[in-house]
Order: sequence, then C-alpha cells, then structure tokens
Amino acid sequence: MTSRRYFWNRFFEKSLAVSAFVSIATLLGIFLLLAIHSWRAFERIGLGEFFSLNAWNPAAYDTPSYGIGALLLGTALTTLGATAIAAPIGVGMAFFLSEIAPLWLRNLLKPIVELMAAVPSVVMGFVGIVLVGPFLARVFGLPNGLNALNGSILLAFMALPTVISISEDVVQAVPRAYKEASYALGANRWETLTRVTLPACYSGLLAAIMLGVGRAIGETMTVLMATGNATAIPQGFFSSVRTITATVAIEMGEVPTGTTHYYALFACALVLFLITLTINFAAERVAARLRKRGQ
Amino acid sequence: MEKHLLQIEDLHLYAGSKHVLKGISMNIPEHQIIALIGPSGCGKTMLLRSINRMHDLNPDIRIEGRILFKGKNVLDRHTDPVQLRRQIGMVFQKPNPFPKSIFKNVEYGLKINGMRHSAHIRDAVENSLKQSHLWDEVKEELDKSALELSGGQQQRLCLARAIAVAPEVILLDEPCSALDPISTAKVEETLLELKQLFTIVIVTHNLQQARRIADQTAFMYLGELVEYGPTVQMFEQPQQELTYNYLHGHFG
Repeated sequence: MTSRRYFWNRFFEKSLAVSAFVSIATLLGIFLLLAIHSWRAFERIGLGEFFSLNAWNPAAYDTPSYGIGALLLGTALTTLGATAIAAPIGVGMAFFLSEIAPLWLRNLLKPIVELMAAVPSVVMGFVGIVLVGPFLARVFGLPNGLNALNGSILLAFMALPTVISISEDVVQAVPRAYKEASYALGANRWETLTRVTLPACYSGLLAAIMLGVGRAIGETMTVLMATGNATAIPQGFFSSVRTITATVAIEMGEVPTGTTHYYALFACALVLFLITLTINFAAERVAARLRKRGQ
Repeated sequence: MEKHLLQIEDLHLYAGSKHVLKGISMNIPEHQIIALIGPSGCGKTMLLRSINRMHDLNPDIRIEGRILFKGKNVLDRHTDPVQLRRQIGMVFQKPNPFPKSIFKNVEYGLKINGMRHSAHIRDAVENSLKQSHLWDEVKEELDKSALELSGGQQQRLCLARAIAVAPEVILLDEPCSALDPISTAKVEETLLELKQLFTIVIVTHNLQQARRIADQTAFMYLGELVEYGPTVQMFEQPQQELTYNYLHGHFG
C-alpha cells in the first residue's frame, strides 16, 4: 500500500518536473535556432550594415541591402504610439472599474474588457483597413489612412485588456488601511484616489503598461494589414511603416532557403525576440520588487 | 452638569442580518478620556467607527438611532462625512502610515484641509510631532519613509497625523494592541497630555490601560452597554455583576 502511494507521488513529481523542463527547453531551443541562423546572416552582412538605416531591400537584383533601421523605427513608432494611447486609457479604466464604478457597472464592463482580448488580430486588421484608415484619411486629409498612427490605434486596443486587467489587480492590492487612514483625516474620494491610492501603485502600473507594450511589439497581422508596409524611413505617425514582425511574415514564405535573405529574416526575428524578452523581464522585475515591498 | 460633546441615543447597528449594537445610549463629556472595554465581538469597535461614519464604506452595514455631535446628528444623511471626519479624527488598531515620508504623512491631512503656506505646514508638522512625542526621535530624518519606523513610532506618527488637522475628538481603536509595553507607555503618556486639547474615545482590550488613563469607562457585552461611569468607581465598585465578573477575569 505504502509503496504504491510512494510510486504515484514520485510519478507526479517527476511528470511535473518534465513539463517544467519541456517549457524551458523549448524557449532555449527557439533562442538557439534563431541565434544559429542569425549568425550566418551577421557573418555575410555584417552587424554595422544590418543595424544601419540603409534600405531594407534584400531582393534587389544587383546589390541587395539589409538595413533594419527603418523597420526598427516602424516597430518603435507603432509601439510608442500604442503605449501613449493605451497607458492613460488602460490605467484610467482600471481605476474606474475598481474604485469608482458601482458594482453592476463593474460586472457589466469586466467581461467586455476580457472579450476585447478575444478579437482575432486579423479582424483588427480589417477594422484598420475599413474603419480606422478611412477615418484618419478624412480627418487629417491624407491620401490613405494606412500608416503608423492606424497601427498604433489598433495595437492600443489590443494591449488594453492586458493593461486594464493587470492595473486593476494592482489597484485592488492597495491596502484598505491606507484608504481608511485618508478618509479618517477628512479626505474625500478624489483626494484619496489621487494622493494615496495612485502613488501607492506607481510601480505596479508601470509593470502593467510594460506587459501591454510587450504584447504590442510582437503583434504581426494587425500591423501588417493596417500600416501600409513601406520600407522607407518613417517621417512621423502619418508615414506608412513596416514593422519587423510584418517583414518576417511577408517575406518568409517566399524567400529561397539558405540565401542571405533567408538568414537575415531569422536575424530580424532574433532582434524582436530579444526586445520582447527584455521588456517582459524588466516588467517581471518591477512586479517582483512590488511584491517584496508589499510584504 | 458637564458639557456633553457627543450624545449617543439608542444606537442600533446591523451588519447584514446580524444585530451588532442593541440600543446603545451614552453621553461623552468634553476633554476627558473615555475607554470602551469588553470581550472581543462585543461591538466596541463598531460603535467607535459609527461616530466618524467609517461604516459608510461598507454597504452591508445599517445604523439606526442618533449620534449627536455638538447637537447635530452625525448619522443624518445631510451631514457631510468629509467635514465630520475633519472634526473627529481616528487612529487605527494597526499602525497604518502612508507609504510616504514621515513629513508627508503629517503634511497630507494639512494639505487636504487647505493649508498651503509651506512655513505654516512646517510649523504644524513640528507641533504635532512634538505633541505625540515623536519629534525628538525623527527630527533629523523627516524625509525617511514612515515604513522604516518601528511599530510604536508608526503609531505615534498616526497620532500626530490625526492631531495635526486639529479635530475636536480623537477616536482610537486599540491603538496599543500591536505595541510593546514601552511604546504603549509613551502613547498613554501622550494621550493624558492631549486630553487638555481633545476629547478622546479609546477602545482597549487592556483593562489596566483603561484604569490608568480613562476618566470614564464603558463596559460593553454582546452589543449592549452594561455599565458606564467614572473609571475609579467602575473598577472598585462595579454596579453590575457582569462587570464585576469581567473585570475579575471570570470570562472574556
């Protein structure tokens, strides 16, 4: 009897260990795959050329060039725009949900916020083409609305569920004792919210925003459909841009295996991977510091 | 006849379907320390929190009866709880300084009460820290986080924060239950001095504390006020057998 129980205990212990190992091994495997293939690209192109503002024109007939500067700028522009839109709206919404909204409204809005995350990215791309694009074109008098701003707006929408739900957890975690102390001193609701609750959750909100950004950077289909995909160096939010993700998605299917172009796309993916890894890691550090302070 | 700053009249409190306070009536005279004692769950904290309308934050609580503060009913829905709490301050059981600097903890109440001039604020902060006997320990490091102070210091900071806004009444909910004896003695000494300026209502589990500092003591049991009178009389010749049994440790 005892030995059978011992066997099952060991069995579950081991299988959990195996699952944990599989996830780590997969992550490591992806990194190695990208790194090894990228290495060939760097060998042939050179790091200086790769990270330059030279044109991204790997399929040129005579002298192909492989500068990802414009693509990085495209990613940076759409992501920054998305953050600028999603951060205030997301944090504001989280405060509204947890501190201001009556219970019935909160119960109505929370599932809607969660549903926002369920919209497939290709559908968001449609929205960008048929709704946001024409709208931007008309409002700003542009020939078409497929530009960085369009991508930013859509990415903001897609980052919002992440930002809202994590921010809300952060706001809820502010000890009740702080709020009571504030009310007991004769503070009203607004004073308590802005001067006690908000400052108590700055770093948590930062983590929430960073995780939202991490989501926006990696997004592919939506930006591919909505930003116009010009590989020129972007001049601003009204420029058509092409992100790193869109570049890989567009070109990977057609590139001949083993060419410099083929390896250069792996290098693009590696750069993206390192950026999102850094952001998620940083967000995790901020959140961990917060948990430690909470105790 | 001494002046009654607070008059509680037939106060009933329900938490959900539970009848927690069952018709409490008591008068609280000015510039005295009133101790509320009784076993856990007797409703003394609930009574205390009714006085400054802290129950407003909890929709499950329903209160009937009247609490008159300077003749005006605190529980009337036309009474502004924000104004009320500026006149009736509170210190909680667990020290709860804000996660800000020592200075900013005291400054907060002053600012929301409209004090703008920084020199006035500095003076007021210094004064209240002196009144709560914390000044000498922290005057060199007012910018340090309040969370780095010891528990006893934090509680005296909370007291300083409460008195800085110059209320007329201070409510204390077992302020020393998390403190060591030396910190407790400091808080008690402070309270004895402060009754010149404020009326103090203190909930305590510590009978000796009530005996040491309170002018009046109220003994509550199962939501009712069993006995209320001068502390000396209460401890030496309790009128009720229940009070006698409680004070002599037969239950509680």
